[in-house]
Amino acid sequence: MNNFIILPVILPLITGILLVFFTKQIKVQKWISSLASLVTIVIAIALVQRVYENGIQTLELGSWKAPFGIVLVADMYSSLLVLTTNIIVFACLLFAFRSIELERERYFFYPGVMFLLTGVSGAFLTGDIFNLFVFFEVMLMASYFLIVHGNTKIQLRESIKYILVNVISSALFVISVAFLYAVTGTLNMADLSARVSEFGQSGILSVISILFLIVFGLKGAIFPLYFWLPGSYQAPPSAITALFGALLTKVGVYSITRIFTLIFVHDPTFTHGIIAWLSALTIIAGVIGAIAYSDIRKIIIYNIITAVGVILFGVASFNEAGIEGSVYYLIHDMLIKGTLFLIVGAIIVITGTSDLRKMGGLIKNHPSLGWMLFISAAALAGVPPLSGFVGKLKIIQGGFQNGEYVIAMVVLLSSLLVLYSVMKIFMNGFWREQVLSKEEEKGSTKGLLFPIAFLLSLSILYGFGIEMVSPYVSQAAETLLDPSIYIEAVLKE
Amino acid sequence: MTFSLYLFFAGHNAPGGGFIGGLMTSAAIVLLLIAYDVKTVKNILPVNYLKMTAVGLLIAVMTGVGSFLFGVPFLTHTFGHFHLPVLGETELATAVLFDLGVYLVVIGVTMTIIQTIGETE
Repeated sequence: MNNFIILPVILPLITGILLVFFTKQIKVQKWISSLASLVTIVIAIALVQRVYENGIQTLELGSWKAPFGIVLVADMYSSLLVLTTNIIVFACLLFAFRSIELERERYFFYPGVMFLLTGVSGAFLTGDIFNLFVFFEVMLMASYFLIVHGNTKIQLRESIKYILVNVISSALFVISVAFLYAVTGTLNMADLSARVSEFGQSGILSVISILFLIVFGLKGAIFPLYFWLPGSYQAPPSAITALFGALLTKVGVYSITRIFTLIFVHDPTFTHGIIAWLSALTIIAGVIGAIAYSDIRKIIIYNIITAVGVILFGVASFNEAGIEGSVYYLIHDMLIKGTLFLIVGAIIVITGTSDLRKMGGLIKNHPSLGWMLFISAAALAGVPPLSGFVGKLKIIQGGFQNGEYVIAMVVLLSSLLVLYSVMKIFMNGFWREQVLSKEEEKGSTKGLLFPIAFLLSLSILYGFGIEMVSPYVSQAAETLLDPSIYIEAVLKE
Repeated sequence: MTFSLYLFFAGHNAPGGGFIGGLMTSAAIVLLLIAYDVKTVKNILPVNYLKMTAVGLLIAVMTGVGSFLFGVPFLTHTFGHFHLPVLGETELATAVLFDLGVYLVVIGVTMTIIQTIGETE
């Protein structure tokens, strides 16, 4: 009996529905949503442990056998991501309790977050490509709602762009699924993988794989499909940007990883070569943006793009070191991007502006916030004892093993520029002479520091306790590298 | 309205089902809206459509969760024969409950959209 797997999807859904009944009682909303999110974290931990002990868990919805019904598959990769997702949602909820205005809270803010969580967890756990599309839409609908929520002028403008891009990419997704269905006649990912390897990856399948790369590249912001992201992520309040930055693009990255490690693995010099070069260009575009701006939000947003490039390069090298590195780095990046966006949100609460040139000397009144930013900047760049190190090390190692020296050097150099871009926030915002005295500050950080400290300490623990995490990650990488484990677990032949 | 109910119940063995049934029901309410105005229709049908959507979703999810109790995977549907006082021996499947959820959600969503657009100046 395996209904356990569906709990991370169904609990946020039920919570979201229940919250609709209590729209005006904000206290009740806060309690229910935070409790539900805590419970889901516990469930996700239990799920990770279960997968670790018993191998891949599957659930055939409605008792229909595998290739015919929808299957939910929890392998180590997806269950680790579900766990990280839930931790970030919990932290962002705590941050939102203190930072979202009452007017916004009364109009379905918390149900929106819960439905977003439903979509993200569902996308990680599904084993059916059309079901993946549906969960993408659940997630995107919730994100459309959250991006326009509060209807300020900039949010309206950016949500039009965001929705337009995503509607087009969703249509492309449906078309790609239609092509794939016409060629293979199945939608179940394990069955797809088996059939593709049976017939061999012919030309048309390579074309379809590139179509999928374009679709998920639009969702996950790779070069040259990242153009919509910087503007859109700047519009909503900080708590929502943190959710988006830590989760949404990562679902695109997850899908690329899944598709190119499970289904389209038979012509790697072509497909994975393209991914490797695109990821190099993505990294370059990201760091250029990150060092160009003096708007603190924009800096962190461009850092998302860089990280997407780094993770995909690990996937593209498609050997043990590269894949393991990308798993390490993906989890690290979700945690640290959540932290950074929340820190930036707290700075904006204090100063009332996101322009770096208008702030300074924050360290005098906010030493803990300043040093937290310092540590997370070091972790982001990959300074050894912290969390970003192992992932990047392995990704570069994987790149060298494949002889892709140029791109590996790009990854190395990007760390330097990423460090520079975030240190710029630290040096200019926290040092220099003081701009605002204690009385002139626009808001207090009361209650905002706790979720930041929570995420940051987890990320530090992740860095120092890498020995403890490594058996889980190597199991995840093992499944990703050998599709037959996945196929056998799902189809049970 | 009656036709929409027919569509809803015929869904298992003939074309129809919760979605089209719900749309037809809301079309009937829209006809009322065209004939009268928003206020009058609200008086005739004092329904909070947002809550209706939530209830529908809850019903649909709960029919899935109900399968937990019997130790079978999520959304496993079953059917049984019940002796109802009015109809006598009837075959009822839990898929109908799921469809009822869909039906309520569709009416709720359509009416929320139409009412909110209709009421904004």
